Amino acid sequence: MSALHEQGWLARFEDAGTLLMAVRELRGRGYTQLEAYTPYPVEGLAPALGPMRNRIPLLVLLGGLAGGFGTLFLEWYASVIDYPVNVGGRPNASWPAFIPAALEMTILFAAVFGIAGMFFANGLPRLNHPLFDVPGFDAASRDGFFLWLRADDPCFDAALARDDLARLAPVAIDRVGP
Amino acid sequence: MSVPLLAPRETDASITDKVSAIVLERPTGRLWMVAFALSFVLTAWLGAGIVWLLARGVGIWGLDIPVAWAFAIADYVWWIAIGMAGTFISGGLYLARQGWRNALNRYAEAMTVFAVSVSGIFPILHLGRPWFFYWLAPYPDRMGVWPQWRSSLFWDFSAIVAYLIVSVLYFYVGLIPDLASLRDRATSRGKQLFYGLLAAGWRGEARHWQRFETLNLLLAAMAVPLVFSVHSMVALDFSEGLLPGWHSTIFPPFFVAGALFSGFGMVLVLGIPLRHYFGLGDFITERHITNLAKLMLAAGLFVDYSYASELFNAFYSGDRYEIAHAMQELTGAYAWVYWTIIGCNVVAIQAIWFERVRRSHAALFVIALLVLVGMWFERFELIVSSLYHDFLPSSWGMFYPTVWDIAFLAGSIGLFFLLFLLFVRLLPLLPMFELRKLRARLGREGA
Repeated sequence: MSALHEQGWLARFEDAGTLLMAVRELRGRGYTQLEAYTPYPVEGLAPALGPMRNRIPLLVLLGGLAGGFGTLFLEWYASVIDYPVNVGGRPNASWPAFIPAALEMTILFAAVFGIAGMFFANGLPRLNHPLFDVPGFDAASRDGFFLWLRADDPCFDAALARDDLARLAPVAIDRVGP
Repeated sequence: MSVPLLAPRETDASITDKVSAIVLERPTGRLWMVAFALSFVLTAWLGAGIVWLLARGVGIWGLDIPVAWAFAIADYVWWIAIGMAGTFISGGLYLARQGWRNALNRYAEAMTVFAVSVSGIFPILHLGRPWFFYWLAPYPDRMGVWPQWRSSLFWDFSAIVAYLIVSVLYFYVGLIPDLASLRDRATSRGKQLFYGLLAAGWRGEARHWQRFETLNLLLAAMAVPLVFSVHSMVALDFSEGLLPGWHSTIFPPFFVAGALFSGFGMVLVLGIPLRHYFGLGDFITERHITNLAKLMLAAGLFVDYSYASELFNAFYSGDRYEIAHAMQELTGAYAWVYWTIIGCNVVAIQAIWFERVRRSHAALFVIALLVLVGMWFERFELIVSSLYHDFLPSSWGMFYPTVWDIAFLAGSIGLFFLLFLLFVRLLPLLPMFELRKLRARLGREGA
C-alpha cells in the first residue's frame, strides 16, 4: 500500500500545447499537486505547475567559492605556515602563481556541487517509481506528454478528478498506484 | 535557409526510434567488428608498451639529453587538444544558441571524454616513477611535502584533473534523459537493467527538466573558460621555460586555437563516416558538415597567423638565439617536419574556401585527416626543435624515436577508437531529447 502522494490519475495528451493548457485549466480549478512528464523540456511548463525552488545556481556559486577560496587557502597555508621556502627572496604568499590552480578548482567544485544538487533536488536516483507501473508511461521518453493528478491534492476526489481530467480531452487516462 | 537543420519529416517518435535502434536493434556490423579488432590489436600493443615501460623505465623511448621530452608530451598535447572541440561544441555553441550543434554534441562530447582520458596516461607514464603520480596532488602525508604551487606543471595537473572530471560528469548528465529513453525501449532484461541503472530513474518531470536545463546552462558557461584555461596551462608549461622557441607570450592563445583546429578536424573525421555508416543524413545534415569545415578553417587561419607571428617576432626581436631557432626550424635537421606542418595546416586547409570542396565529404575527410597529422607534427616540432638546439653547440643532439615511441602513439590511437567504437554500440549517438526540443522549436518557428 503506497501513500497518497504516489497515487492518482495519469492523463496522456496529444502534444506539449494541449498539456500546457490542461495544466493551466486544472491549476485554475484549484488543484495544486500536479506533475507533468514530457520527452523534452517544454518552456513554461514548470512555472505553470506552480512555484518551485530551483537552487542550482546558488549551489553552483557556493561550490565555486568553496573550490576557489579553499584552494587559495591551502596554497597560502602550505607556503606560508606549513612549509615556507625562500626562493630568490620572493614572497611566500605569491598569489598570482596561486590563481591558476584556484581557477581550475573553482570550476571543478562548482560543477560537482551543481550536479550533486540537481540529483538531490530531483530526488534521483530513484529506480523504482509507481509511474513506471502505468502501462504506456514509457512513451514519456519518446513522444508522450503526461499529466499526473496526485491523490494527495486537497481538492482530490477520485471520481471527480477523473471527470475533470476527462473534460480536457486527453488521449488516455490511467490509474496510478494500487 | 536552404538546407534544414533537421529533416522536416522527423517526429518525436521517429527521432527516438531511429537513434535508439542504432543501439538496441541494429546488429553489430562487419565493418564495426573489423575496426574493433584493429583497435584492439593496437591497444594491446599499447598495453605491452606500458608493461615494458614499467619494467624498464622511460629509457625504452628514444629520449636522451638534450631531447628529454618528445613523443609522450607531443601525444599528450595532441590528444588533450582534440578533446577541446567537443567541449567547445557542447558548451560554447550552446551559449551562443547555435541550434545546429544539437546533432553533433553527443559524439563530440564522447570524443572529448575519450581523448582527455587517453591524453592523461602520457604525463603519468612520463614521470619516471609513474606509480608515484599521486605525489602531484596535495594530500596530507607523513613526508610533509607539498606540491610546488608556483610550478606550471602543477597548474597543468590541476587543469587536467578538473577537465577530466568535469567532462566525464558533463557527458553523463547530458546522457541521462537519453538513457531513460533507451531503458524504456529496451526489450531484454539485461539491457533494461544496464540502462535503467545508468538513467538513475529519470522520468522527465517538468520541474526536473527545469533544474536539468539550469544545470546544463551553468555547466556550459563554466566549460568554456575551462577549455580555454586547460590549454593555456599546457602552453604555460612551455612558455615558462627559457628556451628559444618556447619563451613566447603568444603560446596560450596559439595553443587554444590549435586545440580547436585539431578538435574540429577529429569531429569531421569521426562524423563523416558515422553519418554514412548509420545513415544519419536526416540529423547531421549538409549544414552541419559545412559549418564544421568553416570553423576548422577559421581556427586554422588563427594557427597560421601564429606561425607567421612566431617567425616575425623571432627576427624582429633581434635575439640571436631566437633567430637561430627560427632558422633551425626552416632549414635544420627537422625542417622536413616544419614543411609537413606548413603543407597540412596552412596549404591544405585553404581548399575549404571553395564551396565545391566544402560540399565534398571525401575532400573534407582527407583535409581533416591532414590537419590531424599536421597538428601532431606541430606538437612534436614545438617540443623537439627547441630542445635539440638550445644555447650551446656543446649541448646539441638529435632525437630518434624507438619502436616503443611508435607503439605509444599508435596504441593511443587504437585505445581512443576502441572506446569510441564501444560508445557507438552502447550509447545513443545523437542527443535524442535535444533533437526533440529542436524539432519543437523549428516547428514553432516554421508555423
